[in-house]
Amino acid sequence: MNINRFSWFNITSLTLGFAFLYIPILLLIVFSFNKSKLVTVWGGFSTKWYSSLFQNEAFMDAALMTLKVGVVSATFATILGTLAALVITRAGFFRGRTLFAGMIYAPLVMPEVITGLSLLLLFVAIGWDRGFWTITVAHITFSMCYVAVVVSSRLVTFDESLEEAALDLGCTKFSAFFQVTLPIIAPSIAAAWLLAFTLSLDDLVIASFASGPGATTLPMKIYSQVRLGLKPEINALSTILIVIVSIGVITASIVTKRATMKKRFYEQQANAQTALHRCSNSIFKRYYNNCPKGGT
Amino acid sequence: MKNNVNWGRVALIAIPFLWLFFLFLLPFGSVIKMSLSDMATARPPYTPVFNSEEGIIGLWTLISEFDLENYLLLTEDELYWRSYFSSLKIATLSTIFTLLIGFPIAYGMAKTPSQWRATLVMLIILPFWTSFLIRVYAWIGILKQEGLLNNALIYFGIIDQPLVILNTDIAVYIGIVYSYLPFMVLPLYATLEKIDYSLLEAALDLGCSQFKTFWVIVVPLALPGIIAGCFLVFIPAMGEFVIPDLLGGSSTLMIGKTLWGEFFNNRDWPVSSAVAVILLMLLIVPIVLFQKMQEKELKEQGQ
Repeated sequence: MNINRFSWFNITSLTLGFAFLYIPILLLIVFSFNKSKLVTVWGGFSTKWYSSLFQNEAFMDAALMTLKVGVVSATFATILGTLAALVITRAGFFRGRTLFAGMIYAPLVMPEVITGLSLLLLFVAIGWDRGFWTITVAHITFSMCYVAVVVSSRLVTFDESLEEAALDLGCTKFSAFFQVTLPIIAPSIAAAWLLAFTLSLDDLVIASFASGPGATTLPMKIYSQVRLGLKPEINALSTILIVIVSIGVITASIVTKRATMKKRFYEQQANAQTALHRCSNSIFKRYYNNCPKGGT
Repeated sequence: MKNNVNWGRVALIAIPFLWLFFLFLLPFGSVIKMSLSDMATARPPYTPVFNSEEGIIGLWTLISEFDLENYLLLTEDELYWRSYFSSLKIATLSTIFTLLIGFPIAYGMAKTPSQWRATLVMLIILPFWTSFLIRVYAWIGILKQEGLLNNALIYFGIIDQPLVILNTDIAVYIGIVYSYLPFMVLPLYATLEKIDYSLLEAALDLGCSQFKTFWVIVVPLALPGIIAGCFLVFIPAMGEFVIPDLLGGSSTLMIGKTLWGEFFNNRDWPVSSAVAVILLMLLIVPIVLFQKMQEKELKEQGQ
């Protein structure tokens, strides 16, 4: 009996597990092409819910709003989160480091109702009119922490001698970061941006607290519709979002995979060169050591 | 030691620090302040409001009007007690269910031939990237009385009468387990993948039963992943709003839902702030433990 084999038990649990994860999503997609208005009874194939979705101005406005918030907040969150990752991994000890780490990790698990409520009360206290910018700032705040975690886990495995070499060769710290470190960690920064963007696209609770009249994001719109009952348009909208996100994630994972393969290739080449270098050095040394002896 | 200050380093630390300080930490102060205020039918809907024209005296009147009335209400009205207790129960049980379902999946992934693992990890992550709201919505269509699950069960003759699942606590458990499963599987897989499985063979050779081998070797080695996964499920599940609201019934009490109701339906900002403060106090210990674990893990990665 070999316990380490990939057993039937493993295959069964994987199959059931992935079925559990994917069947609800697949059913949702299938019923978005349903002719019947009843979301759970099949009435033939149709794409009419997609066209009625695109004619629904309220949905389109909300979608535009969500995209704007997503792009702006993901971009700022990526910048701030990368800075935070550098602080965690590189800045060493400073007063308030524990507090800083706490403020990075706590938002990851903090219930959204608390984060949302506390941000809203801050906005009210400083008299900031709620709308696009308050939602964006709220999203930057929680998604920068996810960015910090993703980027810092890349930075800890980063070979700092590369940066030191650049410094030795006369780079300033600033340009060493932009010319050496940044290009190498770029795939994880891209992944972090994508994560921040989807988090923003997805958020209902924090946006509901942080938004004011006139600023409705797509999840808020979906939520208010879902409370009234199932609607085939929501299935169509969900399908579009699922397809966009899936394409994004799959592209990102392929890009990261290519990047690691490229990195491995360069490392192999570099290793080969170092080996060659060492080899020729030792030959040279042997020659140099032997020569004078031979000469005398 | 250098005497001149490294301004670059100061700026690097200060920018994200100040951002999080003013937008994450400081707002808790305003929640605490609000929880001590009283509700008012005005805009903004609470008193006292700080009037900067009155200066120090204004600040003093402000402070003197604070009271613990809202917290007293929380102890008197049993709705809040029952919400906290029921959240604790639902979060604990669904964490256990998620662990029981997630473990065999993560274990299977760790045993999969290595060329398939990256794909499986991506398949676990993909639903997590897909909208949370949409995934909860998908379950409404499955669980409701004339929904897909009941239709299928009746079609195959397993039941005659449709089961009532939607708008019960069972639907909430299903929703939480489904939504948080990736958070459990990923840390579990990360630790299970690193285990040296020749240890299992050794244990079996030395006469351990399969069950004991699993219990004595796999579980202790996977413990960091188990703990991380449980934190990642338990803490957010405690304050969950969307799942109990959409899948649960009117009798499903969860503190996130109660807070949302107080805020958006009753417009009682002070009481919802007091509810948030108590929830935060319940979660502060698990959150601090989680943070310590994250930092330790980051350090180990670097070595």
